[in-house]
Amino acid sequence: MAASVGRICKTALLKSPHVPTIKQVCSLSTSTREWTRGRKAFLGTIGMLAGGTGALLFALDRSVRASDLELHPPEHVWSHTGLFSSLDHASVRRGYEVYKQVCAACHSMRFIAYRNLVGVSHTEEEAKAEAEEQMITDGPDDQGNMYKRPGKLSDYFPSPYPNEEAARAANNGAYPPDLSYIVSARHGGEDYIFALLTGYCDAPAGVVLREGQYFNPYFPGGAISMAQALYNEAMEYSDGTPATASQLAKDVSTFLKWTAEPEHDDRKKMLIKSIGIFTFLIVLTYYVKRVKFAPLKTRKIEYRPKEK
Amino acid sequence: MKMNLRKTHPLIKIFNNSLIDLPTPSSISSLWNFGSLLGLCLTLQILTGIFLAMHYCPNIELAFNSVAHICRNVNYGWLIRTLHANGASFFFICLYIHIGRGLYYSSYNLKETWMIGVTIFFLVMATAFLGYVLPWGQMSFWGATVITNLVSAIPYLGTSIVQWIWGGFAVDNATLTRFFAFHFLLPFIITAFVIIHLLFLHQTGSNNPLGTMKNIDKIPFHPYFTYKDILGMLIMLFLLTFLTLYSPYFLGDPDNFTPANPLVTPAHIKPEWYFLFAYAILRSIPNKLGGVIALVLSIAILYIMPFTNKKKFNSTQFYPINKLLFWSMFTTILLLTWIGARPVEDPYIFIGQLLTVIYFMYYIINPMIHKMWDNLIF
Repeated sequence: MAASVGRICKTALLKSPHVPTIKQVCSLSTSTREWTRGRKAFLGTIGMLAGGTGALLFALDRSVRASDLELHPPEHVWSHTGLFSSLDHASVRRGYEVYKQVCAACHSMRFIAYRNLVGVSHTEEEAKAEAEEQMITDGPDDQGNMYKRPGKLSDYFPSPYPNEEAARAANNGAYPPDLSYIVSARHGGEDYIFALLTGYCDAPAGVVLREGQYFNPYFPGGAISMAQALYNEAMEYSDGTPATASQLAKDVSTFLKWTAEPEHDDRKKMLIKSIGIFTFLIVLTYYVKRVKFAPLKTRKIEYRPKEK
Repeated sequence: MKMNLRKTHPLIKIFNNSLIDLPTPSSISSLWNFGSLLGLCLTLQILTGIFLAMHYCPNIELAFNSVAHICRNVNYGWLIRTLHANGASFFFICLYIHIGRGLYYSSYNLKETWMIGVTIFFLVMATAFLGYVLPWGQMSFWGATVITNLVSAIPYLGTSIVQWIWGGFAVDNATLTRFFAFHFLLPFIITAFVIIHLLFLHQTGSNNPLGTMKNIDKIPFHPYFTYKDILGMLIMLFLLTFLTLYSPYFLGDPDNFTPANPLVTPAHIKPEWYFLFAYAILRSIPNKLGGVIALVLSIAILYIMPFTNKKKFNSTQFYPINKLLFWSMFTTILLLTWIGARPVEDPYIFIGQLLTVIYFMYYIINPMIHKMWDNLIF
């Protein structure tokens, strides 16, 4: 700390005040003040050339990217993207409602159990009630038969189809992906999900879609087998939030961010602690290191030739 | 008079001679911190790796799910997993700076240390590649398929060797199981090589920025460099935890969150960022065997450094043109990394080929300029 304060105040708290040493150090200075005009001009030119080349390459890269056929999702300011920002848990809860009422008809969520909702978007009682709404295949029983029972907290979200083949058969050959990791598994993350859900439009002239396909410029290739699922007032939120299409898309994107990274909030909390602890330790160690090196850094080395 | 135990005990004196009384040049800069940081990276990777291995299942039906299980159900499993994944990136950052420092200050003149070091580099690359296959995501599977297929470029025996490596006719369960076995084993072999690396280093002592005669000004390792290394370690750990806790998947590929599917090829197959420069070199050569040779040579060329670079001064700072060459080389590697992440289409193909030529030219031109400068000065 003293070293930092010293640096800021320009008073070398840890340095020896011996004038010869300082003089010696000054003459070894590599600061730009010592540079000749020619050197400054040369290095300046090199810097400008390097910067210009970098900017040219960057522009080239961007221009090529702009010629892609698919549209890149615009970046939105999500409430959870900040360094110390948690997920919006009310939004996660609404997003769960959207998933349950709209997405779950086709998409599985095989890595999320009802117990995961507890303390995140639901109370334990609410999560139990959600689980009990589902009939889960269990067994075998004493007779060796499988049976149905109401869901429990430990059960995972049931899949809409028994296997991939059944899912393809029901969806015109397309396989609706599992949504547990969908935010992590797509370039653009939640921005992509939001853009995809709200980006349906008529296919431009020249684009031919097969039967059962829809046009979405954010989907790679543009032709997507999923029909537009979110419309204004497509459902009602239990908390009374107006269910506009963009609200539904935003909430389900937040929910899917949580399903992909359930540790999100714990992670950010740990980040705050880690910044505090490491800042303290680094400042302390830097100080001790400076103290240990001070005599060495301020020593004077003299050459004394042997007297004849 | 009784001698100090730390200097006489057969075991303790080894540590004393390496970490306490070791005579160390007083002038070594922060760039000399990266050796100890690499030691920390290796330790961190081994420790987190052991905990991951307790829960990971090396089976193609279970691997992806077991990684998800680690992240979702194991206490702090997400932290261990992301520290391990990002730890690999930090390992390579430190490795590249360590090697870059060696090139700039001619540490390759410590021949045995340098040779072992390059071998360690190869081993670390192999370990990282094997580890990337284990989560069994799309990029794991297709990365493994592309890279193992490179061996098939070997004339006459290539196909047989590839099938022997796979343990079958494609990347499959046998491949995953053996990759896990080797990924677990290699870090311990690396540890052994690190000990040999240090053994050779301590025979000669460290190089220093001025490249002067090394015994003029030495100080004991402790307390000076123990504190300096601890400071470096704390800064690196801070950066690692910051990345891991703020954006743990920033350096990863989204495709690896989709389970491996041999029937669906990802649009762009590319390795992790730390292999991109070598991958760009591989792709620059239109011939498969030529590409593989260029890929191996891009690293193996480091072995020749002690033999080609004979000069009067050690440090590049006394060779202004070489200094410029060095930083051009640095920029070339950055640009190759960028090219490696781009699709194989123009203008990237041509830029990649141009940069590959520049990359290899460095190793030819650099010693010539050294010689020219020496002739001018002396």
